[in-house]
Amino acid sequence: MLNEIAFLLLASLTLAGAVAAMMLRNLVHCALCAAGAFAGLAALYLQLNAEFAGFAQLLVYVGAVAILIVFTILLTRGAEIQPGGTTASPSWWMGVPVGALVAACLVGSIMSSPSLLRLPSQNVQAPVKSIGEQLMTQYIMPLEAIGLLLTAALLGAVVIAMREPPKSEPAAR
Amino acid sequence: MSGLDQIFVGIGHGLAGWAPASVRPLVAAVLEIAGIMAVFGSCFALTTIVERKVLGRMQNRYGPNRVGPCGLLQPLADGIKMLTKEDIVPFSADKTVHFLAPLALTVPVWLAFAVLPFGRNMSAIELNSGILFFFAIGSASELAVFMAGWSSQNKYSLVGAMRAIAQMISYEVPLVLSTVPVLMLAGSLSLNDIVAAQGTYTFGGLARWNVFTPWGLAGLLLFLIAATAESNRSPFDLPEGESEIIAGFLTEYSGFKYALFFLGEYLGLFALTGLAVTLFLGGWHAPFQWLEWAPSWLWFGIKFGALIFLFIWVRATLPRLRLDQLLNFSWRFLTPLSLINLLVAAAWYWTGAWKSAAAPPVRWLLCAALIALPYHWLGQALRGASPPPRKYNYAE
Amino acid sequence: MTTPLANYLILAALLFAVGLAGALTRRNAVLVLIGLELMFNAANLNFIAFWRFNPHPEKLMGLMFVLFSIAIGAAEAALGLALVIAIYRHRRTAQVDQFDSLKG
Repeated sequence: MLNEIAFLLLASLTLAGAVAAMMLRNLVHCALCAAGAFAGLAALYLQLNAEFAGFAQLLVYVGAVAILIVFTILLTRGAEIQPGGTTASPSWWMGVPVGALVAACLVGSIMSSPSLLRLPSQNVQAPVKSIGEQLMTQYIMPLEAIGLLLTAALLGAVVIAMREPPKSEPAAR
Repeated sequence: MSGLDQIFVGIGHGLAGWAPASVRPLVAAVLEIAGIMAVFGSCFALTTIVERKVLGRMQNRYGPNRVGPCGLLQPLADGIKMLTKEDIVPFSADKTVHFLAPLALTVPVWLAFAVLPFGRNMSAIELNSGILFFFAIGSASELAVFMAGWSSQNKYSLVGAMRAIAQMISYEVPLVLSTVPVLMLAGSLSLNDIVAAQGTYTFGGLARWNVFTPWGLAGLLLFLIAATAESNRSPFDLPEGESEIIAGFLTEYSGFKYALFFLGEYLGLFALTGLAVTLFLGGWHAPFQWLEWAPSWLWFGIKFGALIFLFIWVRATLPRLRLDQLLNFSWRFLTPLSLINLLVAAAWYWTGAWKSAAAPPVRWLLCAALIALPYHWLGQALRGASPPPRKYNYAE
Repeated sequence: MTTPLANYLILAALLFAVGLAGALTRRNAVLVLIGLELMFNAANLNFIAFWRFNPHPEKLMGLMFVLFSIAIGAAEAALGLALVIAIYRHRRTAQVDQFDSLKG
């Protein structure tokens, strides 16, 4: 019973945050609502006994990605939007029905799926020790690949966002 | 002396025993929360007066000594002042975000106290990934700083908030990296396991705290420096330095909201200090085996108080760092040193298999050299050109 | 554990749809990226829900996938936002309907 109430609360918080993030006019409010949605999702992961994933979600999404989004809004002067401009692109009449259609298809296929009969396993735990063991044995290749990917992403983001030096440089260095 | 040691646990069980069995876990949790809030709330009040008196003594003056004996009732006076001040909100400020920012700062910081083991059997929650919880919750409070700075619609506040966030995310890297050797060698992310791994005693009854190893000492120093920066304390208090930027992101806050920010910052400091005690100083263990008769929470309190005194001492002593010096210090000095510390901890682990009698001092010297030499070289490399020799012009 | 699997899956589907609709509708590039992140998170929730209801949860496959997905999502967000900043420097605008020329 308590579980159901907790799920309803967290689910409504997450959905409300997501809808607000996509619909509000003020960009910083959108970013903060998105951070709230990420935090709600982290709580849902914790309810599903995935502790490590929940805390990693908090650390990465709320602690880093949300701050990145906020910094970008400030650096691109998004907070100074004039109230007269519209927030929706000219093809918004296509976007919303596509979203609704996708939602309908997904919900339809969920409700008619045989995996709804699955019962939750008892005594599920994901101790960090076993996560570490699996990372080092079975998932070692993805781990190394993620290391390379994150290094490349870090360097790439810094180079792309770096301010160019004032004097023009020749195209081929 | 297990009676005095477990006195708080016993009181908690006794009080929860009066509740009906169905709500007993809830009542126990509420009692733990109330205990933590009472202890650390009064610790906050005590620290405000102790800090001002210690700062005053170090600056060769008395601190506040008018209110009550030796000024000990000063927190009461401060509290009355803060609560009765008018709550001014700027006209063009974003009211909702301005209101929520102090809450968004304080709530995650209170959460962080839930995993710290204050004594034997005295941690509120036993989590398998306790340290990850701690750091995740800590990183959630950075958004609150931005909310405070942006919602005030004030250029000083915004610049202060940007500086504060840049500082906090830069120093998160050495903070987390300096704790990784501890996790490696304890084999677990659970704080209770880490304290238990420091519970054995070696020659002379000296405890095997992590600080008595080369990587532990380096790790503790790195952690304390990063913790000072994460709590926006001097010498890293550029975001809220009064002579620099008025009050940074706190400029437009007054009264109770300012008190909440103040509370949140000090509680963040307490949480990081508690974590430093747990990870590096042996948690609630006594330093020597023949001192084990004292209660475990008393040892935690003593170490905690010593580290808080160290923070106050550093505040009184060092001047403030400029923003670029601060960020350079983190990214180019502390982060490489934390990574090298990982290698030193690995070297310590592998040389732990040496069996000869001369092994401990050789191990210690080898691992200490492995961290001290890069420290020296990196310091020399980053120092830059030294200024030319001074020329003195004397009046003729 | 009384919440059935369907609840989590429907929540994930709705989150995905909201993210998709937002990414297709809003004008500002940063909001498109927020929509993308919401879609990522909806898929992660799906994975975790299926892992939890798996008869062999000790295999940890769903959890591992989500950990890698979180890391990749963060890297992609960082790069996307860096691109938005770079484009803003050239075009002085962050509205996606004005990124319509191949010149410059």
